[in-house]
Amino acid sequence: MTGSPSRAGQVSKRYTPLAVSSHRHERAALEDGALARRLLIGGATAFLGVVLLLPLVVVFSSALKQGFGVYFDAITDAEALSSMRLTLLAAAVSVPLNLVFGVAAAWVISKYEFPGKGLLTTLIDLPFSVSPVVVGLIFVLLFGAKGWFAPLLQALDLKIIFSVPGILIVTTFITFPLVAREVLAVMQAQGSDEEEAALTLGASGWTIFLRITLPKIKWGVLYGVILCNARAMGEFGAVSVVSGHIRGETNTLPLHVEILYGEYHFAAAFAVASLLCLLAVATLIIKQWVEWQAARHRAGERSTAPIRPNPTLHEGVAP
Amino acid sequence: MTKRLLAGSWSKRGVLPGFGLSLGFVLLYLGLLVLLPLSALVAKAAGLGLTEFWRIATDPRALAAYRLSFGTSMAAAVVNVFFGVLVAWVLVRYSFPGRKLMDALIDLPFALPTAVAGIALTAIYAPTGWIGEPLSKLGIKAAFSPLGIFLALTFIGLPFIVRTVQPVLEGLDPSVEEAAAVLGATRIATFSRVILPALYPSILTGFGLAFARGIGEYGSVVFISGNMPLKTEIAPLLIITKLEQYDYEGATVIASVMLSVSFVTLFAINLTQRRMGKRR
Repeated sequence: MTGSPSRAGQVSKRYTPLAVSSHRHERAALEDGALARRLLIGGATAFLGVVLLLPLVVVFSSALKQGFGVYFDAITDAEALSSMRLTLLAAAVSVPLNLVFGVAAAWVISKYEFPGKGLLTTLIDLPFSVSPVVVGLIFVLLFGAKGWFAPLLQALDLKIIFSVPGILIVTTFITFPLVAREVLAVMQAQGSDEEEAALTLGASGWTIFLRITLPKIKWGVLYGVILCNARAMGEFGAVSVVSGHIRGETNTLPLHVEILYGEYHFAAAFAVASLLCLLAVATLIIKQWVEWQAARHRAGERSTAPIRPNPTLHEGVAP
Repeated sequence: MTKRLLAGSWSKRGVLPGFGLSLGFVLLYLGLLVLLPLSALVAKAAGLGLTEFWRIATDPRALAAYRLSFGTSMAAAVVNVFFGVLVAWVLVRYSFPGRKLMDALIDLPFALPTAVAGIALTAIYAPTGWIGEPLSKLGIKAAFSPLGIFLALTFIGLPFIVRTVQPVLEGLDPSVEEAAAVLGATRIATFSRVILPALYPSILTGFGLAFARGIGEYGSVVFISGNMPLKTEIAPLLIITKLEQYDYEGATVIASVMLSVSFVTLFAINLTQRRMGKRR
């Protein structure tokens, strides 16, 4: 199942039968009929149109329902702006932290053998199987009014839950696997031959990392950072539990959307939501671009790079 | 540092320097961010005692919430298996205008903040919405009912199936299909007896991931579900409700039950997968 070099883009060519094409009935059995093909494409398009595209369309149409004035007021409102700042802050803190962690974790897992490696890999996937609400809850149990560290926090006059630090912590928790997974997939696929060659030539650890490894993994890193950023800015459940919804102080953009919606300011809610939609669309566009760049580099270098950057948050199956 | 690492028994781990630094940092980070907080949850749950735990965990309102969360997640994951395989098939096997756009759009549920998905889906399926209105004329209540929760979880779960099945489908050896065709198999027989069995492990993984995500999903569901206790209250919302009443014990118990179910699901999938892998 491995070792097939061709990928998306050459799809239709690969499945054109060669030897059997002169026999009509065999050919019919190897390719889907034209009618079946149309039905399947039509079915998939209709399903995706309703399930994925319609929600995007409805956000923008509801946002502009009461005209551009209302839209503009909603996104330049003081509370909207302060929630925007907090959302940017959450991403600015969690993305760099998880970037460093992700690269270190990928390095340790892909370059060395040690007991407990499997467990470590499993631990990295953990946030995917924990509900965001539960993530919020465990930090309330730690830092909340009745939590483990409550006496310590009181003594230091620090507040974490219902305040900005709590939001930063849960956002970092929720997003920590995203860079690690992408970089790990790329590092494992590329192996360590070049690093080991550099070592025999006398390069130091940091030189090897900066001049050999980093250029090889940059697309995986970029890809992980984009996903991490999108999730950090969009996280709702976990942040909602620890935020306390203090207006102008602990509201992120998604929480601001919730408040506007709950107060029946639908046009304003959708206007702010449309900003987050733009973020999502931009994320998807950059992701396509990164995949295209990575594929182009592979074609140029004829390396054994991975199939493409790990497309989902979580892929259990080795093809 | 390089010399020391090269010289000693370290070389069994791998020759490159930096093992101690990177492993130390990773363990510290995971310990502080993940293990310490999770142990707080476990300690809190363990501190309750078995009878108390059981009483809260099997409260009728909690049971109704699990039933709703697990039932709708299961239904959405099943529907997504069908459509996810269809979409993956179309993306891998056919070339048609808009294929790239379709491929890019699949990841939208990962990229779109869940709260945005939640209010958008509610607007579509509410009794005044684009799809909700025709449905309500037929007597079907979409938003604010279990059907609405199912629709939201279908949106959230779709990419899990497509993105696990797609690479496996791309990597299938075409010669196996050619052999089946040469031996006289019809297209449907080739698909169901040659292609589909090769996809089973990835379908199972995708199903498990979508199911586990569905159980824990909050943002996209909370707007459309209606949130009526015993009827349309999902398990994550019950945790939030209990937290708002400062009932930390209750919230911890429900959270432990949910966590156990998603861990067991993912563990079972890993195990089945390993077995399937061995057989081949």
